[in-house]
Amino acid sequence: MVKALVTVHYKQGILDPQGKAVQNALRSMTVKGVSDARVGKHIILTFDELSKSEAEEQTRKACEKILSNPVIEDYEYDIVEDGS
Amino acid sequence: MKFGIVVFPGSNCDHDVYHVVGHVLGETAVFLWHKDHDLQDVDAVVLPGGFSYGDYLRAGAIARLSPIMTEVHEFAGQGGLVLGICNGFQVLTEIGLLPGALIPNTTMKFECKPVGLQVAETETPYTSGYQKHQIVRMPIAHGEGRFYADEATLDLLEESNRVIFRYVDEHGEPTESANPNGSQRNIAGICNAERNVLGLMPHPERASEALLGLEDGIAVFKSMIQERLTV
Repeated sequence: MVKALVTVHYKQGILDPQGKAVQNALRSMTVKGVSDARVGKHIILTFDELSKSEAEEQTRKACEKILSNPVIEDYEYDIVEDGS
Repeated sequence: MKFGIVVFPGSNCDHDVYHVVGHVLGETAVFLWHKDHDLQDVDAVVLPGGFSYGDYLRAGAIARLSPIMTEVHEFAGQGGLVLGICNGFQVLTEIGLLPGALIPNTTMKFECKPVGLQVAETETPYTSGYQKHQIVRMPIAHGEGRFYADEATLDLLEESNRVIFRYVDEHGEPTESANPNGSQRNIAGICNAERNVLGLMPHPERASEALLGLEDGIAVFKSMIQERLTV
């Protein structure tokens, strides 16, 4: 089984109010030194039948077509073998 | 005139639009189920407000894949009138009929209140019944209404007079305090280059009867009817 671990987040330069709220919360909890916090989405796709390279191709397609909106978001992913 | 109102799972302003065009204005209104592929020969399509597919992933991201959207896209391409209100605006940006995107309000709140708007342009089938630069009031009700586009797109929208509604104060100034959601350049509504597709976050259908306290929205629907009569 192959899994794609996809992360989607706002492009740099787009204000992320949720991230700002998290940063402020961290400061109030005395977590020091956090200069920025950004909140994104984590999406896990499971492929039962595909090879790693096939899964990567499908994952890229998914990211481009629907999982991210290129106007506002960037994405990245890892393709991992999952034996469980 | 025959209005078609698309119903997605999670639409919740579909009946409000139906009421305004059908009962208040006495025109024909039909609901268009999202799974159908038939626009029923309507003269205009309205994508109503609501939370289609629970706003999962991004507001409008899944609704744009609905079967009926193939026909709506085609209809828009042929010059048909397509009006997207609130969630409908989000769907129109996701499907690429309008540029930009609508992202969570900078206030981090669901903003539900009447706001001041300037009708920036009247050269559209949706605003011909207003005076240019008229200041009107309509309610907004959204958590993800911050209009975002890159600077080049924003410049293009302004240069081609495609910013149709702007959030303004009582003097008609697009101030920061008049901007309820952090939209770039106070943009509340835009149209496409051909001017037959309009998206806006405020709700004209909730401001179309004196009984409800605001009537400034009805001119959107009246303009559409007038446009149909003059074609």
